[in-house]
Amino acid sequence: MTWRYARRYAPLVTMPITVPAYGKEAAGRLASMADVTADDGALRRFLHGLPGVDEVGLQARAATLGTRSIKTTAKAYAIDLAISMIDLTTLEGADTPGKVRALCAKGVHPDPTDRTAPKVAAICVYPDMVATAKEALGDSGIHVASVATAFPAGRAALPVKLADTRDAVAAGADEIDMVIDRGAFLSGRYMDVFEEIKAVKEACARPGGTSRSETGGGSAAHLKVIFETGELQTYDNVRRVSWLAMLAGADFIKTSTGKVAVNATPPVTLLMLEAVRDFHAATGVQVGVKPAGGIRTTKDAIKYLVMVNETLGEPWLTADWFRFGASSLLNDLLMQRQKLSSGRYSGPDYVTVD
Amino acid sequence: MSELTGRLAVFKTYKLYVGGKFPRSESGRVYEVTDSKGTWLANAPLASRKDARDAVVAARKAFGGWSGATAYNRGQILYRVAEMLEGRRDQFVAEVAAAEGLSKAKAAAQVDAAIDRWVWYAGWSDKVAQIAGAANPVAGPYFNLSSPEPTGVVAVLAPQDSSFLGLVSVIAPAIVTGNTAVVVAAEDAPLPALSLAEVLATSDLPGGVVNLLSGRTAELAAPLAAHQDVNAIDLAGADADLAKDLEIAAADNLKRVLRPTPPNWSADPGTGRLLTFLETKTVWHPKGT
Repeated sequence: MTWRYARRYAPLVTMPITVPAYGKEAAGRLASMADVTADDGALRRFLHGLPGVDEVGLQARAATLGTRSIKTTAKAYAIDLAISMIDLTTLEGADTPGKVRALCAKGVHPDPTDRTAPKVAAICVYPDMVATAKEALGDSGIHVASVATAFPAGRAALPVKLADTRDAVAAGADEIDMVIDRGAFLSGRYMDVFEEIKAVKEACARPGGTSRSETGGGSAAHLKVIFETGELQTYDNVRRVSWLAMLAGADFIKTSTGKVAVNATPPVTLLMLEAVRDFHAATGVQVGVKPAGGIRTTKDAIKYLVMVNETLGEPWLTADWFRFGASSLLNDLLMQRQKLSSGRYSGPDYVTVD
Repeated sequence: MSELTGRLAVFKTYKLYVGGKFPRSESGRVYEVTDSKGTWLANAPLASRKDARDAVVAARKAFGGWSGATAYNRGQILYRVAEMLEGRRDQFVAEVAAAEGLSKAKAAAQVDAAIDRWVWYAGWSDKVAQIAGAANPVAGPYFNLSSPEPTGVVAVLAPQDSSFLGLVSVIAPAIVTGNTAVVVAAEDAPLPALSLAEVLATSDLPGGVVNLLSGRTAELAAPLAAHQDVNAIDLAGADADLAKDLEIAAADNLKRVLRPTPPNWSADPGTGRLLTFLETKTVWHPKGT
């Protein structure tokens, strides 16, 4: 059923070979979809033409995928994989340079008593802390992700949002987490949202093309687009906004800011994974997914990994294409990791207080 | 019975008590509980090590609130437990009689002693600082004060030989000073303990302060003794071999260990158990101006 729109646009795709969303070829692939983003009417027709979401089926599927029993060596693998996928996050008004540095140190060696624990994928901070994080991480290979565009509300004028983004990129951010304008999306001004994402993506480019060649994405910072699904009301809206963001050039799509009551849930994440799968089938462009907020236990994290494996398969089971936006999750993963290696249940006294 | 009254018997489903809730065992297992003559009484949940883990998490979560409550408040709540027990005296007399094969009079004496023990320990809540704390003489211009503080989460293996009086005699001293407890009920006679949970749940005792598990003592004790987030363990219900193994496991994170002694549960309990699960905090305060 979900393949219908994939098939509809299949002739437009010249080569269904996978290209990363941040690569040079991706722009060409997106250009093949230019007819649906040509004007407001076409975009609206396309988004509203996406098949409706079967709510009961989606929730049942997400619940079923949460019942897998992952034990022993598979569990050890899943825990290490989950640690390596974490965007270790501190987004508080009370953040200090000291706290950011402490978090960076934790990201490099999550478990000081066991140096075999993998490092996290990125440290996620507010734009003014990017330079601090960058300096603290040095050449550890951990990325610095910065929220931008008037996070978390996104209620600011476009020039302010773009300046916010450019600031973060200039300070050395490797990844930008932008929030969409939910007000515009909910009132049906899809083109505004589309143009805004495109503009922010352009602002992610690093003039002068310095460093960062190891990410494979040239010099531009990777763009994650936050939907704040807790404010989007319906599953249909989540599917629409996923396509909208991917058409606009998002490298990652992310569920939420972690600042509202409802954050990442398994059904919403599954729906976004399916949208990524369908987008990939239609265009060959590979886009990443990042659930954020509310994922606190190892059990939850493993459920998400099962969902990724069953929906998108192994190519997405790396830190390049799947991330957890989390702060307290890491401690639970470390406690479970200690339990697996020592055979004893661990406790909060044996991990850091963040 | 059912022929006489025309009613079908309504059996009670005994459940665990974890975090103020009454869950079944995570494992879904139960085991048969019989009276002293081998007649079936009920099925009790056979808790697994994961239930023990969940109970420790619940106990840790409750520790801040319970240890932070005033001693007066804790005493009132323990006294309230005694009041609630008094109202359900007949039920406990019947359960203790069935579990231990006692006559009704002897079982009643046990229950009465248990109720009195709650009252006795309730009184200690605001007096323990007087006997365990001190103003110490020091060679300097300081006040030096020692005061007792609860140690944290206490794993309690309830005695096997006294299903109710023994149980109360190990729970009350652990929690009155502000600790929270994970209690493994007597293996062959867990029903009075599981019924006590219903009393605790309706006595203003915050959820998680006492968590009751029924099942194989050896199976549950091992992960509790090794658990890094348990601060002390009371081995009252372990036999000599098991106690030795548990003591070795408990040494890993320097748990306080109370070794099993052959106790007479009816005797005056003394303050031994009460004082075992305390830490001493010492404060130096400058004197003069």
